[in-house]
Amino acid sequence: MLSESGTSAPPGTIPVTLTVNGQERRLRVAPWTTLLDLLREELDLTGTKKGCDHGQCGACTVIVDGKRINSCLALAVQKDGATVTTIEGLSIGALHPVQAAFLEHDAFQCGYCTPGQIMSAVALIEEGRARSREEIREHMSGNICRCGAYSNIVDAVEDVLKNKASSFKEAAE
Amino acid sequence: MATPSRVVGTAQSRIDGPAKVTGAAKYAAEFTAPDLAHGVVVSSAITKGRITAIDASAAEAVPGVIKVFTHENKPRTAWLDYNYRDQVAPPGSPFRALNGPEIVYGGQPVALVVAETFELARYGATLVKVTYAEDVPNTDLEKNRDAAYVPPKKRSGIKPPPDPRGDAGSAFDGAPIQLRQEYKQPIEHHNPMEPHASTVVYEGESKLTIHDKIQGVNNTQGYVCSVFNLKPDDVRVITPYVGGAFGSGLRPQYQLYLAVSAALDLKRSVRVVLTRDQMFTFGYRPETYQTVALGADKDGRLQALTHDAVAGTSTFEDYQETVVNWSGLLYHCPNVAFDYKLAKIDTYTPSDMRAPGAFTGVFALESAMDELAYATGVDPLELRLRNYAERDEGEGKEFTSKALRAAYEQGAERFGWGKRKAEPRSMRDGRELVGWGMATGVWEAMMQQSSASATLTPDGKLEIACSTADLGTGTYTILAQVGADALGLPLDQVTTRLGDTALPEAPLAGGSWTAASSGAAVQAACRTVAETLFGYARGMANSPLANADFAHVTFADGEIRLQNDPDRKVGIAEAMRAGGAETVAATETVKPSMLTNMRFSAYTHSAVFAEVKVDEELGVVRVTRVVSAIAAGKILNLKTARSQILGGVVMGIGAALEEESMLDHTLGRIMNHNLGEYHVPVNADIHDIEVLFVDEHDDKASPLGVKGLGEIGIVGAAAAVANAVFHATGKRIRELPITIDKIIG
Repeated sequence: MLSESGTSAPPGTIPVTLTVNGQERRLRVAPWTTLLDLLREELDLTGTKKGCDHGQCGACTVIVDGKRINSCLALAVQKDGATVTTIEGLSIGALHPVQAAFLEHDAFQCGYCTPGQIMSAVALIEEGRARSREEIREHMSGNICRCGAYSNIVDAVEDVLKNKASSFKEAAE
Repeated sequence: MATPSRVVGTAQSRIDGPAKVTGAAKYAAEFTAPDLAHGVVVSSAITKGRITAIDASAAEAVPGVIKVFTHENKPRTAWLDYNYRDQVAPPGSPFRALNGPEIVYGGQPVALVVAETFELARYGATLVKVTYAEDVPNTDLEKNRDAAYVPPKKRSGIKPPPDPRGDAGSAFDGAPIQLRQEYKQPIEHHNPMEPHASTVVYEGESKLTIHDKIQGVNNTQGYVCSVFNLKPDDVRVITPYVGGAFGSGLRPQYQLYLAVSAALDLKRSVRVVLTRDQMFTFGYRPETYQTVALGADKDGRLQALTHDAVAGTSTFEDYQETVVNWSGLLYHCPNVAFDYKLAKIDTYTPSDMRAPGAFTGVFALESAMDELAYATGVDPLELRLRNYAERDEGEGKEFTSKALRAAYEQGAERFGWGKRKAEPRSMRDGRELVGWGMATGVWEAMMQQSSASATLTPDGKLEIACSTADLGTGTYTILAQVGADALGLPLDQVTTRLGDTALPEAPLAGGSWTAASSGAAVQAACRTVAETLFGYARGMANSPLANADFAHVTFADGEIRLQNDPDRKVGIAEAMRAGGAETVAATETVKPSMLTNMRFSAYTHSAVFAEVKVDEELGVVRVTRVVSAIAAGKILNLKTARSQILGGVVMGIGAALEEESMLDHTLGRIMNHNLGEYHVPVNADIHDIEVLFVDEHDDKASPLGVKGLGEIGIVGAAAAVANAVFHATGKRIRELPITIDKIIG
């Protein structure tokens, strides 16, 4: 950021308040800090991954105010007041059903895209848009897995969807 | 001692899985230190030439920017090339970051900006002004083919092409069926999801703890000690998790050199993480031109085979991989000749990428075999069976095992190959053309020297330790399985520690050799632990095993039992108490058998069957079904093994249809250096993939009978897809990737 006089003073910091995994966090961040870097560097929540920093890979997917987003494409200050759920906040004690399904179906190898895949899958299930394997594939395509665990990811998500459907059915009966 | 197989050979979830699904697993860029500074790399804007001026004053004037490292102020490091040669360096002069003003490839690092925060370092990097004198880059391999040369110095561990057999030239000229075609493959980048990163924690007095993205921590340690003149005791490398690598993490990359330089100079901890576009500024699968000539009789029996390849390399190193040799191995043929040459271009040095060489060479061979099938009217699978090699004709050796025939048969059965109509364009599904293609895959089954330790405590808990890396390969789990069975323990009583130079040394995790090598070391260490325990048990007063022989006991359920009288037994904890041992630990080192290697050839094989559906008007190809039948010796973990093959097939589909790093030869730079434009398969691209493991008993390739799985899944996959595209469309595409323009063009 070059000023008119040609000097290069960095910008000051701006206060931002976020509810992250149920906890209110008040921080001061540079305006160009992404939500992803805030999570990883300021809050040490390194479960959210940086794969491309360009919104092309999905490794940084978190749930903000109920929606899955690429946290690398959001400036932290834009999200002032927002509620953020990261992989670390998904489960306390027992694994979330999506985490358990990923483990059971071997829906990952190196594990680097995994938190993003899981957050994306959790949100997708909430969205109610995935009713078939084809739809799961389509709506999980924003999350790249270079290890190629895709068919296992679809198995895991499908498994959770089926269990959810049957528990709804039981509840209805 | 007999060790019944209880968990080895079953499907087990990853023991490192809970850490990975909860975000607890820490990768190289996720370690920190109170004094951590952040480094951001400035990449060269030109491909060839020199830096005439570099002005870092604006960057250094930013409050919070600590220092800008350039070739003008870089700390002094080792002088000789020798010191920069890591465990798998090819012949030549390894690249040294910031070594001087010369620019030898596009994206070369020219400065490192170190600042108190990542944001400030990134901002500082935009302020570094570099002025260049630009030369014309030379990156077009095709224009350099005439200057291709046989590499004068061979790369260690890479077999040069085998000697010719018979007289391929005249046999080809006399063959009733003659085919000669050229195949071309582009540059591909590994693009693991985790960008390369090094966190160097400065512990004081030139003592460092390094978290580096590497496929073997010992390679990082050796490199750092050699380049910076440090003692191994002062450099500990700890990388418990690697976010994918596929070969890109075999050699230490420049971010390590930069981070260590800065940490030593500043006497504080430094982390350097590469950006995704910088992931296109080092190793890659080389662009390769291949010519395969097949001479055959009318029944498709090979009479002559020649396979020539020209691959790109950098101006400073002669990267070599095994491209053409597979053609002399896979089929019976009396007259064969090979040629493998390199041509220099202004890029970084290529590096091993999943099944290096085999992916490339087998694509050409298996495409050519498919062409021969159509030329002779012989079914592609039948053609392979007619030319089946019963022994390694290149080296004149028997195979340790080869169940490829079973893989062909079982794969074909599962795929339904028998229902295939032979004619191209003869199968349809609505508006889509349907094509069925198949190919063979092969990779060498290797074992390397490896050490491992096993430590047992009286509560029946076993810890396995080894410096190898789990790249997502399942190593944590399979080593625990081997340990569990060796001492008769449940799997949940076994933990595995990996990726630390303080642990017994393993080779780099590559070449598909980790299970065979480190697995055997674990087994050996556990056996020593068992012997010690047995000694304690036998020495007890009134021991039920007093006169027993080690060969006649078995370890199960935390007890040492006599095999044919299981009531005569001693508990492990009891034996340890009797021996006065708080723990029983052993470290063992295993080596491959030179004698076996001299007498036998060891390879894994696969038969890959693919179905594609092609939209005739739009040229869109979908790979709707793949069956990959694998013959790879003993399978340790059915779940993680299947995933390894799935991953290989997915990368093969990517290579077949999508992946290509495109060079702009005017600028000499890769144009599509991001994941939006370098296309890798996404979920919607991948449909049904079925993996079969055929029974293959092998008591020679390695002590455990395993042959490795990391590479074999990708080999043959791209050829199977290309052959299916031909069957669907009647169009033979010999240049990867098979994009829409090539189908409808």
